[in-house]
Amino acid sequence: MGAQDLLEGLKQAVVEGDEDAAASFAEQAIGAELAPLEIIKGAINPAMDDVGQAFEDGEAFLPELILAGDAARAALDYIIPSISADDLEGSVQGTVVIGTIFGDAHDIGKNIVSAILAAHGIKIVDLGINVPPKAYIEAALKEEADIIAISSLITTSLPYHREVINTLRDRGEREKFFVIVGGGPVTPEWTAEIGADGYGRDARDAAVVCQQLLAGRAEGKTAPLPEPVTVGALEHG
Amino acid sequence: MKTTVARDPVTVTIDTEGPFTIIGEKINPTGRKKLQAAIKEKNYDYVVSLAVAQVEAGAEILDVNVGVPGIDEVATIKDVIGVVADAVDVPLCIDSPSHEAVAAALSVCPGRPLVNSVNGEETSMQAILPLVKEYDVPVIGLTLDEDGIPEDGPARFAVARKIIERADSLGIPIENIIIDPLVLTVGADSNAARVTLDTIGLVTEEYGVNINLGASNVSFGLPDRHTLNQAFLGLGMGAGASCAITDAAKLAPTIKAADLLRGRDPHGMRYIKYYRAHSPKDDG
Repeated sequence: MGAQDLLEGLKQAVVEGDEDAAASFAEQAIGAELAPLEIIKGAINPAMDDVGQAFEDGEAFLPELILAGDAARAALDYIIPSISADDLEGSVQGTVVIGTIFGDAHDIGKNIVSAILAAHGIKIVDLGINVPPKAYIEAALKEEADIIAISSLITTSLPYHREVINTLRDRGEREKFFVIVGGGPVTPEWTAEIGADGYGRDARDAAVVCQQLLAGRAEGKTAPLPEPVTVGALEHG
Repeated sequence: MKTTVARDPVTVTIDTEGPFTIIGEKINPTGRKKLQAAIKEKNYDYVVSLAVAQVEAGAEILDVNVGVPGIDEVATIKDVIGVVADAVDVPLCIDSPSHEAVAAALSVCPGRPLVNSVNGEETSMQAILPLVKEYDVPVIGLTLDEDGIPEDGPARFAVARKIIERADSLGIPIENIIIDPLVLTVGADSNAARVTLDTIGLVTEEYGVNINLGASNVSFGLPDRHTLNQAFLGLGMGAGASCAITDAAKLAPTIKAADLLRGRDPHGMRYIKYYRAHSPKDDG
């Protein structure tokens, strides 16, 4: 099978949420010595973009998005170990520590964002739900993360967003990490008010925000940004 | 078991043996940009219109939640309770996990409201249960605790037990506890509704308390959500649920139908009355 056929097969397997086929195509592509980042860019990213777009358009549904994320992860399990330091030169890979904030047990949105970021070749450290502000910071320091991503569905957990940022500032570590926020009640205005660095309305927006922040960091920008990067605004009433 | 909420002269009885009670869900700004803006700007005409429309659509109690980022929730919930109480005469359901906001709302809310909610977390039980004891009002207990939302029915039942036993130890009568077994979307886990129905069965068998359903989460991320919401509501009612915080306009017809089908509507008069009041009028 040629390189293009392998990439096309992998993309199709991810779109269809076929974990076994995705793993098999990924294994074959690595065996055929395709560059790992080319496999991600050529098959997994476009597959997740297609499924994400179809979900937004109401043509694909949540179980299909989750299955596609699972298939992408299965493929990445074969691809990521083959990524060498040289491959990462000049690319915008990075590490994101993600979790649903303290007081909130909702994890669907956070899981979708994780799946889509992972499919973009970003290393995800998922802290789960009900995450205390300090736990984000400790994990980010330990993992030498680039970005702390905070998910919320209920408004009463929002004050803890500010606590993450204020605690970072008090500890003199605010410049080490970009902090991004998202979820049902979160708005671009809130993002600016608490001095966070980014907001995405949905999971694909979050991926765009992370890529922009990682690219910015590669260019030497540090947190906190004077104005947050916001992608997508709440449109429904 | 009967749980009463009231607003002179109206008494609403949530009853495991009676017809299903509809609690209107719309006065909750989460994900509703227009309501968020209205609450922030203290433009309460929109809140009034939501209140009136829900009562017309068959809501017997109205949930009131003012959770908007960056506002003073304590002052706002008092304002909004006052505005809604002036606009309609149904009892209210005070919706906030904050001890301060619930206390403020209870101090101004007319009649006997319902409190939404307490959960199995130690901090929540310590903050909310003494308030519902002091005001002698019913409270909705969510089956989640420090460890999150349990994955199976027996584990959710254990959280319900914890809340009921703690309430009992404080002298709160069991009829003042309404258990909400929580429902997650079947879009993410196709057994999600099954777990909720199992929990309803376990709680009903052991305690016979009233059970509340949050009836629209179940369909998130799936096509034709209304069909799923209707089917779930029917199954939940069959399993023992006695009230729901839901969209009255969309789901009251299903609820009236299920009440008739399960023998809770003598001669079908509630079903017929609802139909007469809400069916599209023939202009010819």
